[in-house]
Amino acid sequence: MQVYLNGKAYEAKPGETVLQLALRNGIYIPHLCFHEKTGQAAKCRACVVEVEGIPGLKTSCNLPLKEGLKISTNSERVLDAQRMVVDLALSSGRHDCLSCEQSGNCELQDAAYYLGIERPTYQLYEDNFEVDDSSEFILVDRSKCISCGRCVEACNHTVVNEVIGFGERGFATKIVFDGDIPMGTSTCVQCGECMQLCPVGCIIDKRAVGSGRNWELDKVETVCPYCGVGCRMEVQVDRKQNKITRILGVDDSPTNNGMLCVKGRFGFDFVNSDERLTSPLIKENGSFRDASWEEAIALIARKFTEIKKEFGSDAIAGLASAKVTNEENFAFQKFIRKEVGTNNVDHCARL
Amino acid sequence: MNFYRSHILIGIDDSSLEAGVKEIEQALQEELSKLNLTDEINILETGTLGYFGTGVSMMVYPEQVTYVNLKKEDIAEIAKEHFLKGRPVQRLILDNTLTRQYDFNYKNRIVLSNSGIIDPENIDEYMGAGGYEAWEKALTSMKPAELVEEVKASGLRGRGGAGFPTGLKWSFTAPLTADQKYVVVNADEGEPGTFKDRLIMEGDPHKLLEGVMLCAYAIGANRAYIYIRGEYKLCIARLEKAINQAREYGILGENIFESGFSLDIFIKIGAGAYVCGEETALIESMEGNRGNPRSKPPFPGVSGAWQKPTVVNNVETLANVPAIIKNGASWFKEFGVEGCYGTKVYTVMGDVKLPGLCEVDMGTTLRTIIEQYGGGMKDGKKFKAALAGGAAGVFLNDTLLDVNMDYNSLKEYAAVLGSGAILVMNEDADMVDMLWSVIRFFRHESCGKCNPCANGNEILYKTITRIRNGEGCEADLDEMIKVSDVMNQTSFCALGQSLIMPVRSAIENFREDFLARMK
Repeated sequence: MQVYLNGKAYEAKPGETVLQLALRNGIYIPHLCFHEKTGQAAKCRACVVEVEGIPGLKTSCNLPLKEGLKISTNSERVLDAQRMVVDLALSSGRHDCLSCEQSGNCELQDAAYYLGIERPTYQLYEDNFEVDDSSEFILVDRSKCISCGRCVEACNHTVVNEVIGFGERGFATKIVFDGDIPMGTSTCVQCGECMQLCPVGCIIDKRAVGSGRNWELDKVETVCPYCGVGCRMEVQVDRKQNKITRILGVDDSPTNNGMLCVKGRFGFDFVNSDERLTSPLIKENGSFRDASWEEAIALIARKFTEIKKEFGSDAIAGLASAKVTNEENFAFQKFIRKEVGTNNVDHCARL
Repeated sequence: MNFYRSHILIGIDDSSLEAGVKEIEQALQEELSKLNLTDEINILETGTLGYFGTGVSMMVYPEQVTYVNLKKEDIAEIAKEHFLKGRPVQRLILDNTLTRQYDFNYKNRIVLSNSGIIDPENIDEYMGAGGYEAWEKALTSMKPAELVEEVKASGLRGRGGAGFPTGLKWSFTAPLTADQKYVVVNADEGEPGTFKDRLIMEGDPHKLLEGVMLCAYAIGANRAYIYIRGEYKLCIARLEKAINQAREYGILGENIFESGFSLDIFIKIGAGAYVCGEETALIESMEGNRGNPRSKPPFPGVSGAWQKPTVVNNVETLANVPAIIKNGASWFKEFGVEGCYGTKVYTVMGDVKLPGLCEVDMGTTLRTIIEQYGGGMKDGKKFKAALAGGAAGVFLNDTLLDVNMDYNSLKEYAAVLGSGAILVMNEDADMVDMLWSVIRFFRHESCGKCNPCANGNEILYKTITRIRNGEGCEADLDEMIKVSDVMNQTSFCALGQSLIMPVRSAIENFREDFLARMK
């Protein structure tokens, strides 16, 4: 199917919308509510375009493509409307990039940059927003919310925790947790999906505040060390201090599709902890001493052989960890059954 | 059967109930029995008589005398003087000249043909007036497709405001195969100053039900919902009663008239959000969700309530259908003007002598509506403006008094017929205050789903408040038009898209009022 964007022909995939086609081909159309994961909402209205033969403007995020469609994403009329719409979003809250955590990674900032908006024309918000810092890991600053609805969609339909919803209406519309109670006292499990999808600086990582700009951080892709699911994650590292700042899920990962759980996303304080084990320990006369891996493994092998000889195989039991993979668990039970010779094998998830 | 020499029709609607109509009715009953007149004079409860702000009113047949603003202490006098001695009590009668003007429009009534005449709580009276004949005709002698064609041929257009051809709407849903289809009646009459649907439902609930039945049969739906405002207590009670009566008579239910067609009608009560008059928001609310509009397409005709094909029609639209099916499309086309056939119910309010309800031919001029049906301007003041079509309407000035009120003619003046509310203002009215209250209403009712409407209304409200406080400047006026123009182009639903009409018309037609507030 061939369609035309700004006079140039493009090949569209079946089921693609105008916005998806444009983004895939490197044509930017401002969009604040659309995200591949949460889908079209047509709420922000920033992605309006002109279509030949259709009167009025159309939102490109929910505009299906048809053979031969001629679309303009950058006519004067389109840009004027987009400029006003983005200006309205900017005017609606305390969008102050200087101190905002999201600066450099903010989709509203990108849209304003593209449209050449220096500062909002209007000031609509009253300075009486309270920051909700009641929860352990997530900070909610509603003065920056643009009601895009991504967090609501994600909480209800992606991770299905059903905590976030919209309360009030009109200009007073706000995101609420359960029946409008602080996030910390709600049924939120702190998975952080809302935080990852928030296009602006409204829902942010509480512990990362002030610890480095987005562009200063090194992004390292890795696999979550916690359980065997194998979620892919992007670890943002401050190289100067050799410290992890925050962790995000990787969107195109087949195992987790950008999602993480509270442990994977926020449980990284062990990395630089003083109490972290860095070598095997052997207990002698009631206290531990550092040892090498060779020494530790040799000790275990000797003890296991002695126990097996003296008391029989069933005197030994194996308990595996959920942090290892299926393959490792398989090898472990094989070792216990075959080498040790007992069926006393279990997994910590049963405890 | 007992023949009475006189019938007294007492209008029972929300406003007369508030004014104590029940007590007055009882007092009248007592007085008549004291005078031994109960065999000669019959008291009937009916829907509204069409007047507004006239407290308790009643009409006496056959002499067609209308009493208004009745108090309990007047009753003894009326009973004695009028019903015993045959001398109507002049001081309590509605201005004779006005009454006559109001009366001649009876012959033009389609939707309100029974309102104020029959007892709305009695199905026999409705059937006595020719009710359910169309339903019987359709079920026993017409195929569903013929119904759709008949409505299409009549040129009936949606009376909710947008004027979409009704037959065409039905024809999208009728051919679809689905395990379930629905008819939804939009009775969430939220447009300020509009109460036509309320009075239709209060005055003649069976007519609406018959329209719903015909629509359901035409499109193949066997469940219908009436989504009605929670404030319309009397409507809800009367509709519930009417539905139960229809069920008892076998007009609703399983295998109606042995035709194999089954239908039931249910009432859903809304919570009073303006946006829920928008059909997709109405459906969301009906399903139990937050009342926000949905993306279109898919249109409700294809995927509506619970994702099933759904026809959503306004009360007045459906109330036209029985007469069309009964009398045929060509009969219907005798009313109205080319392209806009039939009649329209208007609610005329504001600075007129006789605010109230009237049903007139499509294309009647604003001047006729105000002067003949509204009784002309009150207190000898001059006409200044009319807000036609509710809050999402247009401020018309006196140059537009002779424009035909129909969808096509008004479009040429960038105006709309809307819901049929006409708020008339005299020379004392200030358009700044009027526009301020319209914008305040929209700001309050914006659902907050889309950015341009939620924030645009806030800007408009702040700006008009500033102007109203004498702190505005001329550039503010251009800014307001610019903001509402972008809202019109980019808002999600008709709510945000509508602001341009009142804003632009008020500023352009009555600029001097705005400049007068600036120093």
